[in-house]
Amino acid sequence: MATEKKEVFNAEAGAAMMKELRSAFASGKTKTHQWRVTQLQSLLRLAEDHEKDIIAMMKASCKLALKELNHWMTSEKVKTSITTFPSSAEIVSEPLGVVLVISAWNYPFLLSLDPVIGAIAAGNAVVLKPSEIAATTSSLLAKYLGEYLDSSAIKVIEGAVPETSVLLEQKWDKIFYTGNGKVGRVVLAAAAKHLTPVVLELGGKSPVIVDSNINLQVATRRIIAGKWGGNNGQACVSPDYIITTKDYAPKLVDALKTELKNFYGDDQLNSKDLSRIVSSNHFARLTKLLDDDKVSGKIVHGGQRDESNLKIAPTILLDVPEDSLIMTEEIFGPLLPILTVDRVEDSYKIISSRSKPLAAYLFTNNKKLKEEFVRNVSAGGLVTNDTTLHVILAVHTLPFGGVGESGMGAYHGKFSFDAFSHKKAVLHRSFAGDAPARYPPYTPGKLRFLKALLNGSILGVICALFGWSKA
Amino acid sequence: MNEPLSSFYATPSFSSHSAQHPYVYIVALHQHLRGSALTALQAAVSRLSMDVAALDCRLGVGANRPLRHLTNKISGQIHVQPTQLSFAYQHKSWSFAYFHTNHKSCAATLSLMAEVEKETFDIEKADLLVKELRKVYRSGKTKSHEWRVSQLKSILKMVEEKEKDIIKALQEDLSKPELEAYISEISMTKGSCKHALEELEGWMKPQKAKTSITTYPSSAEIVSEPLGVILNKAIWAQATDRDGASGALIGAIAAGNAVVLKPSEVAPASSSLLAKLLEEYVDNSAIRVVEGAVAETSALLEQKWDKIFYTGSGHVGRIVMAAASKHLTPVILELGGKCPVVVASDVNIKVATMRIIAGKWGCNNGQTCIAPDYIITTKAFAPKLIDALRHELVEFFGVNPLESDDISRIVNLYHFKRLKRLIDDDKVSNKIVIGGQTNENQLKIAPTILLDVPEDALVMKEEIFGPLLPILTVENIEDSFTVINSRSKPLAAYFFTNNEDLKKDFVRNVSAGGMLINDTILHLTVPSLPFGGVGESGMGSYHGKFSFDAFSHKKGVLYRTFKGDSPTRFPPYSAGKLQLLKSLMEGDMFRIILSLIGWSKD
Repeated sequence: MATEKKEVFNAEAGAAMMKELRSAFASGKTKTHQWRVTQLQSLLRLAEDHEKDIIAMMKASCKLALKELNHWMTSEKVKTSITTFPSSAEIVSEPLGVVLVISAWNYPFLLSLDPVIGAIAAGNAVVLKPSEIAATTSSLLAKYLGEYLDSSAIKVIEGAVPETSVLLEQKWDKIFYTGNGKVGRVVLAAAAKHLTPVVLELGGKSPVIVDSNINLQVATRRIIAGKWGGNNGQACVSPDYIITTKDYAPKLVDALKTELKNFYGDDQLNSKDLSRIVSSNHFARLTKLLDDDKVSGKIVHGGQRDESNLKIAPTILLDVPEDSLIMTEEIFGPLLPILTVDRVEDSYKIISSRSKPLAAYLFTNNKKLKEEFVRNVSAGGLVTNDTTLHVILAVHTLPFGGVGESGMGAYHGKFSFDAFSHKKAVLHRSFAGDAPARYPPYTPGKLRFLKALLNGSILGVICALFGWSKA
Repeated sequence: MNEPLSSFYATPSFSSHSAQHPYVYIVALHQHLRGSALTALQAAVSRLSMDVAALDCRLGVGANRPLRHLTNKISGQIHVQPTQLSFAYQHKSWSFAYFHTNHKSCAATLSLMAEVEKETFDIEKADLLVKELRKVYRSGKTKSHEWRVSQLKSILKMVEEKEKDIIKALQEDLSKPELEAYISEISMTKGSCKHALEELEGWMKPQKAKTSITTYPSSAEIVSEPLGVILNKAIWAQATDRDGASGALIGAIAAGNAVVLKPSEVAPASSSLLAKLLEEYVDNSAIRVVEGAVAETSALLEQKWDKIFYTGSGHVGRIVMAAASKHLTPVILELGGKCPVVVASDVNIKVATMRIIAGKWGCNNGQTCIAPDYIITTKAFAPKLIDALRHELVEFFGVNPLESDDISRIVNLYHFKRLKRLIDDDKVSNKIVIGGQTNENQLKIAPTILLDVPEDALVMKEEIFGPLLPILTVENIEDSFTVINSRSKPLAAYFFTNNEDLKKDFVRNVSAGGMLINDTILHLTVPSLPFGGVGESGMGSYHGKFSFDAFSHKKGVLYRTFKGDSPTRFPPYSAGKLQLLKSLMEGDMFRIILSLIGWSKD
């Protein structure tokens, strides 16, 4: 029973919150190594105390950040050049200030806390705005973070459009947004007013290319695990559609049917191992894709739906036209269309003619095909012979992020730390070692000297120093 | 950096030119309308019957002469429209003139029929240009190592062969001293090119990444791939140097992109030279120069780019970013800000002073985005510092600095007036301790130092971008950190001291794009350091490998074989599978073993 009256988060409240956070950041406390460690440890404790609610990957991110923090925070020494001799140089990672994280509903904990871990590790004050669509998680996050973390510098603001608008009005030092391209554009435009840099983690239609010379069972199982086993297709890196050859398509469809049955049984609509569709809006959107005239008669597997339970069975469509609805928007659900081509190489052209996806997958044993795939297919990230693994199972050594329509900026592991840090170039000089040529009045001799120095011609430098001219 | 550009954005008439009406328009006539451009304009105007005498021409100094000369010849009725228009001359560049009529105080325009062949660069043209470049990019040729190397070599060759022309253009635009032009433009461009050529193979090589136990067996790498078609929009201050145009150009090419370069119209000689030279030297199917001003920029910004690199002011930076948001285009903004110089009392004052002067007046006369903007020192030390500055200024530029050839002039009348207004501000009227002389005809302002200006003086509110240098005083040198942090984050911050603790505090507590201890400007020349702003001074960085990275997408690639699947990955899920999976992801070896043999810790 939610009888307590919620405080309105309006422009005034937004401004007040910013003032508080700015002063917390200005105090310098978030910059200390100690504060960062304490907060990360509290997060880890939170994850351990509430293991049921919080998925394991977040713990891994926390542990990694704690383990590497010292190393990440250490400034990086770099080489200097002869023009500045004698000198030393370093790149110092400093926090950006007060940052905003707006997360999505499909992995509400992961997508909220993973960026927050990066922001804290980098020493920022953070506001998290969880998705209102995953309402339970949103309020859990608000409750837990309030309990466990330093609420003077880390806050959760719950709410929907009005609250988000108020948040976007504020001046942030970075905005990290996970969601769709439409809102991404709104976020970017709002950020432009304050010159705020943004990371946008969007989606797109991530293709799976299936060659014919493969271990079909393994490939099929991995596609199914990535598609239906990953939140029933409601993940930003879910396989969106398959491209395979005309010849191979029937075999692939058969194998998919067999493995789907192995995984989810005969009554796949009611399988306990499949997530439901998140909301009736999305349910309606997905049924519209299925009811499109252009794909009628193309369903080769599944197609069952249950509106009252928001369930749609794993559904495969074969040979859908490229202009059908299902091929013009990101599916984000349990439907999987298959396009067929004459030669598997033709699939690169299809992918390149569309917006750049967040991920692209290729199943093959052909080395040349793999090389071409890596060279020619542009996507946020690529996986050969598997799906979604690079993200779901946290290969923290790879940057995760989109390109083009699938987003900008990257995170995970050290990349999260970097995403929330400014790389400050610092050059140290002593008072010794000035060449008079640097200073006016400028003479032809000075010009000669400088040219020689900058061109790295030692002979020229010597000549010029003695006042000789080579020319 | 206030370019006069911003005010034109609201003017809709810019995109209204059409091929059927070959109107050319004058908006603001630049002082460098000379040579063939002037002849073309004169020819055009003389064919019209119009009377410009009724107009009160307020033009840039250089422009005053040619236009008066021009307008004297014209008789008849002039058609004045209440909008700002522009005039095209050779090489598609534009010149501007502000006209003030007797009746209206707003900038009015003069529209002319021109015989000169002209091309308006409108949205359609921009659209076509981007389509062409996208096609070339898709062909894959810019991605090859050979193409990148050949283009970089061509740029290097261009700068080497045309050194004289480049220096001449810079002198025309800014009367930049040859040595200064050599350092800041020629040598740095060459350096960037050579560096990129040397390192390119290494930069292009995929970077191996470790994989975790959860994806075993597998291998991973990070592949740098070009983004696509890039827009590179430069500012006038360094129209051809690596911080304006060619630095980012080199990075974009090295990363394998197709590029459109839009040099600043405020330095027209450099702009048209760059257009001409690049056309001559590089592959025009993938590297283009579009000259022009606001109309062209707007047309360009309408297009979908894969990255926009902009150097200039925060005001235009916001416009660029807002335009980019429509297409989800990432941007690099290299802006400016008020770069402070903190001077402690324990320094080698002669060396410090020389280095401040070299960074301030020796670099385009303060018209550089990382020029020292103001000094903070202690009350006690200020008089000594001023004496030293006075002494060294005379050493460098003589007793009459307005006459010195070793100092650049102010870029145009607009900026001259802006700077004059900063000195004429009542709040600083009695604060000038050195300099203050101006010469409007030659657009020269002497090195000018102001002591103890109030923080709300105009000169402390906006980026100076000129030869004025205010000095703020504090009780303790540490107080300067608070002063700097209370303002927007600058592109650079400088600190002169021998005290190690103070240095550490400075690096830890002051936020700026970059910082340099005991010198000014020079950090720009170190290719191993990223160069870029933070907050109001910009976003994203470049130089050396950072330029390559700025124009690359870092694509994570994970390779798997068909072996090595654990059944836990697949449904139907059981409690045991969940256990194992959790342990795997947390990297808990002990629990992995336990779950594999079917035991649970809990």
